[in-house]
Amino acid sequence: MKDLAVLYVQQFKTTFASMLQYRASLFIWMIGSVLEPLVYLVVWSTVTISHGGSVGDYTAAQFAAYFIVLMLVNQVTYTWIMYEYEYRIREGLLSPALLRPVHPIHADISDNISSKLVSMPVMLVIAAGLAVLFKPTATFLPWTILAFIPALFLAFLVRFLIEWTLAQSAFWTTRVGAINQVYFVLVLFLSGQIAPLSLFPMPIQILANILPFRWMIGFPVELILGRLSPTQALTGLGAQLIWLVISLGLVRIVWRAGIRIYSAVGA
Amino acid sequence: MNYLRLFGVYFRLSVMGELAYRVNFYVQLFQSLVELATALTGLAVIFSYTDNLAGWNPNEMLALVGVYFITGGIIGLVIQPSLEQFITSVRDGTLDFTLVKPEDAQFLMSFQVVNIWKLIDIVMGFAVLTTALIRLGNKVAAGQAVNFGLMLVTGTVIIYSFWVILASLSFWFVRVENILVIFQSMYEAGRWPISLYPGWLRFALTFIVPVAFATTVPAEALTGRLTGNTLLGAMAAACVLLAASRLCWRMGLQRYSGASA
Repeated sequence: MKDLAVLYVQQFKTTFASMLQYRASLFIWMIGSVLEPLVYLVVWSTVTISHGGSVGDYTAAQFAAYFIVLMLVNQVTYTWIMYEYEYRIREGLLSPALLRPVHPIHADISDNISSKLVSMPVMLVIAAGLAVLFKPTATFLPWTILAFIPALFLAFLVRFLIEWTLAQSAFWTTRVGAINQVYFVLVLFLSGQIAPLSLFPMPIQILANILPFRWMIGFPVELILGRLSPTQALTGLGAQLIWLVISLGLVRIVWRAGIRIYSAVGA
Repeated sequence: MNYLRLFGVYFRLSVMGELAYRVNFYVQLFQSLVELATALTGLAVIFSYTDNLAGWNPNEMLALVGVYFITGGIIGLVIQPSLEQFITSVRDGTLDFTLVKPEDAQFLMSFQVVNIWKLIDIVMGFAVLTTALIRLGNKVAAGQAVNFGLMLVTGTVIIYSFWVILASLSFWFVRVENILVIFQSMYEAGRWPISLYPGWLRFALTFIVPVAFATTVPAEALTGRLTGNTLLGAMAAACVLLAASRLCWRMGLQRYSGASA
């Protein structure tokens, strides 16, 4: 445990420095993650106008709060590991990582967190700007803020582990593009990115509760906006823990199987 | 005429190259179908709560999705792959080989790579558009069809010029791939009618990254919303941008000195 802490400190030092070098690219990549929730925010506010002021249990101002918080939660939890792995395996760049005496996932986690530390201040400024433009309303209760912290942390871990597992598919096929696309579509609809899940028909909502996607993005957003009862919040945290265990297992199994068939391409 | 023949050669070359990888056809077909299904499901969710979005009814929105796929397909067919190749060639110096050829270098580098599978998107876009028009019921007047064709060409010219200007930046800065990402993120916003957005975003999508001309404006022409002012404005914008892109290309080329020894 102590060794791992030392390892993370060193990893952070190096990855943070390298992320600072790439800050221009980081900000450019950010445009997409701002624009998507912004577009759906605009679409749903327009729908509320023609629908007598509210859609489902959301007013225009509540949609604004939902999508601005969603943008921030998505920023905290997103990964780009699937693109990264395809490149690593195609170019044989995984080999040096295998020589290290620790599991390569630790380097990836600190990479991810460092890039968020660099980009988060900008994202918060953008969120504040959007708040001025769209005038969201939300009430934050002390207990929801308290419960939001573990929910966000678990959401990050579950999303990271699941996407890391999916990234391993590059061991077996060179056509990961199609796999990734299907995954992104599922995330788009079932995590609450296109609309709050309560606006979907019941069967879809049940499906979203079973699958991991809601627990990676939608759940922390609904939680901090006070849309869940304490029981629902606890059940949600429980679902996140279950998915954490499942995804940890998946990481182990898939990594072991993948590494066996990996034969370095390149020099 | 000579240019058309040259484009034909590039096209034939990439068809021959790609036919070796026939599975790519099915992969691309699958990906395009998933993308279309996503767009349609998204619309279905939204239109389950309303019957018009900023004045566009479901069938008109369907037409817009069709146009979005057509222009997206045209960009992906030749503009994007060619200009990405161009940016790489400035960095590693292989642009030299293009420059020594006895044809206009801007033409050669703009059409050098053809991603033929993007034809699937174009065909699919026209199928969606036709479905939308049949469901709209009222016949499309000849004038509207002509305007649509005109606006589709104008939109493509505007997007092409915009890409050339961005790509020409690679003469000054080494890494510009990321700037192209800005365009791709903003193009997604073109799936929705531009009138939906607040003023500042509408301005950005019209004048800074001219996505509106590629999707909303041609769809407006088909659904009979196009005003004379927009029509003339779009054509003027196309001429100005085309001239500007030529100028940027020329200025950039003067700075080019070959990257390798």
